[in-house]
Amino acid sequence: MAKRIEASNVSSYYGSFKAIDNVSMTVEPKTITALIGPSGCGKSTFLRSINRMHEVLPNARIEGRLTIDDQNIYDPDVDITAVRRMIGMVFQRPNPFPTMSIYENAVAGLKLNGVKKKSLLDDAAEKSLRSANLWDEVKDRLDRPGAGLSGGQQQRLCIARTIAVEPQVVLMDEPCSALDPISTLAIEDLMFKLKDRFTIIIVTHNMQQAARVSDKTGFFSIDKTGEPGRLIEYADTQKIFSNPSQKKTEDYITGRFG
Amino acid sequence: MGDYPSRSVNSTAGHLGVTPRHAQGAGSGVSPSAYEEPPIGGGGALPKKSRFSLETGFRGLSTAAGAMVLVIIVAIAVFLISKAIPAIQADSENFLTYNRWSPNEATPAFGIAVLALGTVLTSLIALVVAVPIALGIALFLTHYAPRRLATPLGFVIDLLAAVPSVVFGLWGRDLFQQPVRDFSVWLNHYFGWLPIFGGEGPFGQSLMLGGLVLAIMVLPIVTSLSREVFQQTPGMNEEAALALGATKWEMIRTAVLPYGKPGVIAAVMLGLGRALGETIALALTLGITWEISFNLIQTGGNSIAANIANSFNEANDTGRGALIASGLVLFAITLIVNMTARAIIYRRREFRDSAA
Repeated sequence: MAKRIEASNVSSYYGSFKAIDNVSMTVEPKTITALIGPSGCGKSTFLRSINRMHEVLPNARIEGRLTIDDQNIYDPDVDITAVRRMIGMVFQRPNPFPTMSIYENAVAGLKLNGVKKKSLLDDAAEKSLRSANLWDEVKDRLDRPGAGLSGGQQQRLCIARTIAVEPQVVLMDEPCSALDPISTLAIEDLMFKLKDRFTIIIVTHNMQQAARVSDKTGFFSIDKTGEPGRLIEYADTQKIFSNPSQKKTEDYITGRFG
Repeated sequence: MGDYPSRSVNSTAGHLGVTPRHAQGAGSGVSPSAYEEPPIGGGGALPKKSRFSLETGFRGLSTAAGAMVLVIIVAIAVFLISKAIPAIQADSENFLTYNRWSPNEATPAFGIAVLALGTVLTSLIALVVAVPIALGIALFLTHYAPRRLATPLGFVIDLLAAVPSVVFGLWGRDLFQQPVRDFSVWLNHYFGWLPIFGGEGPFGQSLMLGGLVLAIMVLPIVTSLSREVFQQTPGMNEEAALALGATKWEMIRTAVLPYGKPGVIAAVMLGLGRALGETIALALTLGITWEISFNLIQTGGNSIAANIANSFNEANDTGRGALIASGLVLFAITLIVNMTARAIIYRRREFRDSAA
């Protein structure tokens, strides 16, 4: 239920603009990998390159090679929707479908993939909401609007929606940056729990969060605006935060970033 | 370079533009700051609230504008009812069911049935044809067309809304009639067993022709409003659908259409409003008969508005009253349609409100 992601010499472009340059990293199954770095350093672009969501923007492309268990994600013959089903994504701002109930949100991905049987959907809704630590809070009001929940609950609903289709990898793009500390803690607890089933890659601005939740950490940086972002250092989280091998990493995590 | 004079004018205006209130606020002009004029924040005592100002004036204006809507609609209703009642009382036949229109005789006899039926049927044809096409165009413009194409195409569609209805009517009668007649013959040949496509002919100036011309007239309204609505779909919801592995069409079905539904219903209702009230295009394209018939392709058909346009000139007092009574029916139909639409929109309002 979890697969390895391997990036070798990946560069992402938007048209002629090079957003990230030559990133290589291997993400092992059932681990949490945090990507940190200053704004605009390309960590979100890299994350969105993994499930090809960056292609939502016109003229986006990559060079290099991205594989999931040795299958090339960018193979011209690969169905892009299959990639995204396999590699789910949770976004910065909670984005449940406003016209759908909690239940409908939880099973939206399954319905998109043609699951129609009520009993299957019911089971999947309960399972994914339980996995997202949300079931007890919403089980009595599954038919209420998903957008009526609190921000933290909405984000957990979005996680439930993502994991309901049983992806191999879950990408999270600053999933807590719009949430209060308690909701953030709830999401972090959830990540630990989900680690048993999924490979998780999370982009975060919050270094404490990266230190708390992740097994490995990648530090991205840019030299100056307009330059592509680079992966400066990628190592065990403990090493990054206690004994980084790069001066730039040390400057960033100690707050001396200039 | 040419800016200089106007700039100096502006600066003077700005200087004088310090309102009396602020000047007053400075008290006797003793200001702690180094400015010659008191600072905008005020230097001296707190100024008094002015009793009359632009603020109250503008509030009064906008309230009056809002009230005017009610006044106008009540005035129209009162006018229609007061003129219609005497005519209906003079009617020797049942106003709702009789299928002739002879209000100018010594014993007036007229009924709304044919007219109301024709109005509703032509409008229905118009919507059935126009709405799917309009939604298709709107989705194409917002989600499929490259921007270079979408902007001019949207402009052309808005232009379609600016064509006067008499032009559509003439075009429908003189040019569009032949293809519609051929189409009607084809329909009659293959689907003649359906009552709506039956009959022996002649075909041509039929409800079908009127309805199709209406469809073209309704198309731009529904298209541009739907386009606005679809454009407002939150990008993050579209991304959520795509990230779940949706294709573009599935994304549209999951995120765009449900989100836009109330707006699309409103757009359709505005289109229907135009179709129901359309006068001259139908007066030119319909065959004007007085049979109650659901046949869409035989020459014939009539509508409330077209009948008013056709009969007003030779109407006497009772005749005018009768026409106004028919206008009242049109008013009622429009009202019912609009209220139904509102009810549909408000039913799931809870979902939309929490979305904000």
